Amino acid sequence: MSEQMDLKVKLGLDVFKPVREPHIKIRPGMERDPRLRPALRLCPAGLYSENEKGEIALTIDGCLECGTCRLACGTEVLDWNYPEGGTGVQFRFG
Amino acid sequence: MEKFDVIIVGAGLAGLGAAYTLADHGLEVLVLERGDYPGAKNVTGGRLYVNPIRDFFPGLWEQAPLERFITHEVLTLMAKERSVTLDYSGNELREEPHQGYSVLRSKFDRWLAEQVENKGIMVLSKTRVDDVIKENGNVAGVLAGGDELRADVVIACDGVISLLSEKAGLRSPGSPHNFAVGVKEVISLESSVINDRFHLEGDEGAARLFVGEVTKGKFGGGFLYTNRESLSLGIVIGIGDAMDHTLPVEVPLLLELFKGRPELAPLIKGGSTVEYSAHVIPEGGFNALGNLCGNGILVAGDAAGLALNAGFTVRGMEYALASGYFAARAVLKAKEAGNFRAETLGVYKKFLEESFVLQDFRKFRESPAVVSNPRLFTHYPELTGNLMKDIYSIPAGPKDRLFSTLRKHITPGELWAILKDLRSFSKL
Repeated sequence: MSEQMDLKVKLGLDVFKPVREPHIKIRPGMERDPRLRPALRLCPAGLYSENEKGEIALTIDGCLECGTCRLACGTEVLDWNYPEGGTGVQFRFG
Repeated sequence: MEKFDVIIVGAGLAGLGAAYTLADHGLEVLVLERGDYPGAKNVTGGRLYVNPIRDFFPGLWEQAPLERFITHEVLTLMAKERSVTLDYSGNELREEPHQGYSVLRSKFDRWLAEQVENKGIMVLSKTRVDDVIKENGNVAGVLAGGDELRADVVIACDGVISLLSEKAGLRSPGSPHNFAVGVKEVISLESSVINDRFHLEGDEGAARLFVGEVTKGKFGGGFLYTNRESLSLGIVIGIGDAMDHTLPVEVPLLLELFKGRPELAPLIKGGSTVEYSAHVIPEGGFNALGNLCGNGILVAGDAAGLALNAGFTVRGMEYALASGYFAARAVLKAKEAGNFRAETLGVYKKFLEESFVLQDFRKFRESPAVVSNPRLFTHYPELTGNLMKDIYSIPAGPKDRLFSTLRKHITPGELWAILKDLRSFSKL
């Protein structure tokens, strides 16, 4: 286990039930808002990324529903909810 | 439209603790859980201390699917290139009843929910609660999946990001400085290998905390708990602190760097990661507690902010179970009085004040400030490591006496700063 494990591989170990509609969205027009920046490093699933135009995007697949982005970025820039019942990550160990 | 006596939102330890306590009282109780099954959304580090809550749930502990009883409490100060470890073990930790166990929540909560169901309480999974129903300033139920579910009382046990208590107007989203994020891997390993590597016999377990380089000097630390056939290994990092002083690397990489440390790598060697999880933890202590009750609603567990970091001990689960228990007791009182307004339900707060829960929170109200002392996360691990390095080092030439070695590292200015910090640490 000495070499680093790829995050995608790690997330692939978890059980996810498909989410019909993204439960967390960057509010329209907020993609360049600096309040989103902390999520780039803090999201445990690495779901926030930045393109060359400085816009931040969020991919919802692999969301661990921890709530870090809601606290770090705030609800003015994120439309944040839990996924519908019976969808999203389902921990088997927890 | 259905009407219940009590609706509990969230089948975690607070919710299930409340449901278990409400059983056998002839009330119609409904537990709503958004996961596929109770425990599907729940994560701990983690370890549960049973002593404070043993008597609240008599008969529960003998059969509970706990992992290992903790016999080794280990603290490691981790510097960049070295570390110093303090390993405590004592006979009292091996004697029954054991004070603390490692635990895996998906397994434990699922089992606890079954005990609750066996007592005739309905636990409805795969159901997200979307809002509270408010009438004349009272919470009168919840909206879930388009259905109106009414109740005399709602107990919000929906976890650290309690959207329900926000919707009920009992709290606001909260400051990132009052929260940390924990990321964890469960690493599968044979129990005999775990026993050998951690010097354990049978079901004995080890709890290890790591402070310092783990979080690159930010508030937080690493943890490692032995389960029966796996290790729970992870890091916790203060969200506010990581925002104020930008993290040099991403959180997922931080965990990989921790796993790659020479102190850790041999412990997990040959193990295979079977799950990766993340969860936010309340860190604000007493001063960050949310409102515990309103008209027709009580808040328990992480939803109320009931987790406490006192440095050597980091606790949350027993506060969740206890607050669920007391919320249930308060509901029974209110039912007797036939009134579910805040002034009647407020007996919940009195129960918590009289118990270890709020007594601990008051007593340790300064600990969030103390444990966020930045010197803990860089300076002390480096200082202790360098001191030990010189104590153990045999140079080619003559060796310094202990006193000169100590004086070299602990200058008068340093000594003064240590004394100052010790004064603040004594508040832990």
